[in-house]
Amino acid sequence: MSVNSGQALSISRLSKQFTINTGTVQALTDINLRVEPGEFLSIVGASGCGKSTLLRIIVGLDSESSGEILLGDQPVRKPGVDRGMVFQEARLLPWLTVSDNIAFGCRSETPSAERSRLVREHIELVGLVGFEKAYPHQLSGGMQQRVSIARALVNCPKVLLLDEPFGALDAMTRINMQQEVLRIWETEKTTMILVTHDIDEAIYLGDRVVVMSNRPGTIKKIVPVQLPRPRDRSDYDFVQIRKEIYTEFFEQTNKPFAYAI
Amino acid sequence: MDYIDTNTGNDIPEAAVISEKAQPVTITRRGGYFLLPLFVPVMLLVIWELLSRKGIIKPTILPPPSDIWLVFFDMLKSGELLKHLTVSLWRVIKGFSAGSLLGLVTGVLIGLSPRVERALVLITGLLRPIPIIAWVPVLILWMGIDEASKITVIAIGSFWPVLLNVVHGIRNTDKKYVEVATIFEKNRWTLLTKVVLPSALPSIFTGIRIGIGIAWMSVVGAELIAASAGVGYMIMYARELSQADVMLVGVISIGITGLLIDYAIRRLEARLLKWNI
Repeated sequence: MSVNSGQALSISRLSKQFTINTGTVQALTDINLRVEPGEFLSIVGASGCGKSTLLRIIVGLDSESSGEILLGDQPVRKPGVDRGMVFQEARLLPWLTVSDNIAFGCRSETPSAERSRLVREHIELVGLVGFEKAYPHQLSGGMQQRVSIARALVNCPKVLLLDEPFGALDAMTRINMQQEVLRIWETEKTTMILVTHDIDEAIYLGDRVVVMSNRPGTIKKIVPVQLPRPRDRSDYDFVQIRKEIYTEFFEQTNKPFAYAI
Repeated sequence: MDYIDTNTGNDIPEAAVISEKAQPVTITRRGGYFLLPLFVPVMLLVIWELLSRKGIIKPTILPPPSDIWLVFFDMLKSGELLKHLTVSLWRVIKGFSAGSLLGLVTGVLIGLSPRVERALVLITGLLRPIPIIAWVPVLILWMGIDEASKITVIAIGSFWPVLLNVVHGIRNTDKKYVEVATIFEKNRWTLLTKVVLPSALPSIFTGIRIGIGIAWMSVVGAELIAASAGVGYMIMYARELSQADVMLVGVISIGITGLLIDYAIRRLEARLLKWNI
């Protein structure tokens, strides 16, 4: 685990309820988690387990019902550029070019010379030199996601949150992008939290894998992945960890009626 | 007959371009693509011409296309047609600018603020169904028969489609983009200018296209009732003199001008909305 001078993200006793017309739904229950500076943390869970809600609360788009999130020693209340987010859909503004989309990520007070330097650096970082003037619809899904990553990193956030960022990509592009994100993480040393339903992806990228259970969303297990990078998906230890995580999900489907309501 | 073909040959291909937003996908033979839209009007012209020549249609009621073409050409050469068209177009430009600008501002306010919408819901609901022509006598009473009343009619006509489409465009802003702006701590002004308005732009353009179409129709309507120049006036005056050919030249030039305006707006839209494929 690489450690740099960044700040840790700590989540304590976090719970979240949604009110819908049939009553309340417990999305997250008593989440306690500490993410070390520079760590790559993967979160896996079936769809609907609240893992995306957790990211949305960390980034400030949703608010918690109870509990607390601290970034360093500052409580997280609202969205801020100290946390970057990459969504499943790249969410690039279709009317802006690649450069302008990345520049949109910059703080408004950034002077324009500084802004264009940052944009250039980040276009290089994600390997899109030559596509500065292209519009999002002219790019492939993988390239759009690269722009989205560049936009999220342009402010040098303390934490980068990735919400199933490769879910919409084809298998080949996905593996390619996983390697890219790993390379970016190693160069930028940003703390990253990845939410995914792909167990292989979680193990391939993460220093630790958080396994979440379904309704109510809780942390079931945290599996450390102490394998050297780059990791080999067919490696014996890799397969053992995958088996361990798979078991967690099979166990859960054996009692399908364990709902909170 | 020869020049009839050249005439239609000049404007029909534009109609073909206008009716295709995207590039044609299923066209395999390009010849058919350009000839097919020409076929029906040319056949109609031929039948019309033949019926007139045989005396089945009275030329005093409906002159043959060749006569209309000659009158059109004469009026074009003498500058009379352009004079009337310019007067009408100038009124459209003034009235449409006022009406669409007002529609844009009101639309943005309604689209952004539910309070403004609540405040205006009754008054817009009441005023919107009133036909533009119904305003003409009222406005003449208020403003007299000069330019002001006609420009106001055009402004009212173009106000509504712009307003409705601006509101629609703003309402339909994808929440996902708004979230992106929130994450990057953008203020309300940046959110409006960088996210909400650009995403509403295709819809705003639809409003502008419908609005300018209605503006063009309103000007003719207003001129039919009270004017001393303009295409509408030209048609009314020709009716008094029983000049059926001049009337038809007026009617057809209204159509051609409308087509050209729409074409110009589409070209502008294609240029400004490169990203919207």
